Amino acid sequence: MAARALIHVPKTAKKGEVIELRAMISHRMETGQRQGVNGEAIPRDIINRLTCTYEGVEVFSAELFPAVSANPFVSFYTVAVQSGVIVFTWIDDAGAKQVATAEITVS
Amino acid sequence: MRSAGLGAALLCVLIGTARAAEIPAAQRQSGSAFMSEATRAMQADDTSNPGMLSVLEGSALWNAPAGKAAKSCASCHGEATASMRGVAASYPAYDERTASPIDLAGRINACRQEHQGLEPFRRESAELLALTAFVGNQSRGLPILPPNDPRLAPHLALGKEIFDRRRGQLDLSCASCHNDNWSGRLGGSPITQAHPTGYPLYRLEWQALGSLQRRVRNCMVGVRAKPFEYGAQELIAVEIYLNQRAAGMNLETPAVRP
Repeated sequence: MAARALIHVPKTAKKGEVIELRAMISHRMETGQRQGVNGEAIPRDIINRLTCTYEGVEVFSAELFPAVSANPFVSFYTVAVQSGVIVFTWIDDAGAKQVATAEITVS
Repeated sequence: MRSAGLGAALLCVLIGTARAAEIPAAQRQSGSAFMSEATRAMQADDTSNPGMLSVLEGSALWNAPAGKAAKSCASCHGEATASMRGVAASYPAYDERTASPIDLAGRINACRQEHQGLEPFRRESAELLALTAFVGNQSRGLPILPPNDPRLAPHLALGKEIFDRRRGQLDLSCASCHNDNWSGRLGGSPITQAHPTGYPLYRLEWQALGSLQRRVRNCMVGVRAKPFEYGAQELIAVEIYLNQRAAGMNLETPAVRP
């Protein structure tokens, strides 16, 4: 199944306003410390990095570790400086990239 | 050790209270009333409710053509927002073809076999849960409205009988906790009234979406009884009884529970 992402970016904001951004993605976040049938190790499979750019400028990034629960949810704040595109990028252990974008209009 | 402790805790809970009858309508509370403020907030916001990821997935499956005829759910049912509004509130229902009750997940699978000519989804698979959550989500905010079908009556009676019968090594019935001791706690967790208001729901403990059948099976394992198989008529009978018991309460699908 394809990963699904849910992001929250305010549609409009005033210049200089502090805005909250929220992002959640579907991912099993397998820790690599569990065993399956016959004691076989289940290989680690987690999202290890989340970055957020605002009109091409990185405003937030986070490293994620095996202790983070499935379907990781992250919320943070930034300052609305100009109208543009906000891009969230998740990268998992296999190197697969998931991208979600939203536009914001700043007046 | 852990289960011994649990048994002792149960015993304390059970001795403390006299046996009560069914919960009066005015005192009924959804499981969300027993949760922490933080978990309630998580459920209330669609961008923080992890169940919405499955609803999103279900929406994609709803519109995806599949099978030889390349038909999607939407090919017959159209926009789910209109056609599926209120549907989940009236399941399990009576199925004419098999002359037995069928739950929502079973109906989705039956549709899939009959109209798309595909293998049914495995019970509790991510796809089946996603579609069930998507259809369930269309009824969010609507009261549970069990079908008024006399053919369901024997199954309703069976469901009640199962709910009330003590079982397992701990010799507890569903009613022992969820009717008689719902205001108490078990191993630190609140005992709820077991109203199926938000299924399939995202349980933080599971880190995944799960069905009402998974929840009931969990409880059966908890009292050390042999759980019914997924899709068993007994489990569907329990679903019918629980829905009757919660009739009129609002659906929250997809709910979040600790």
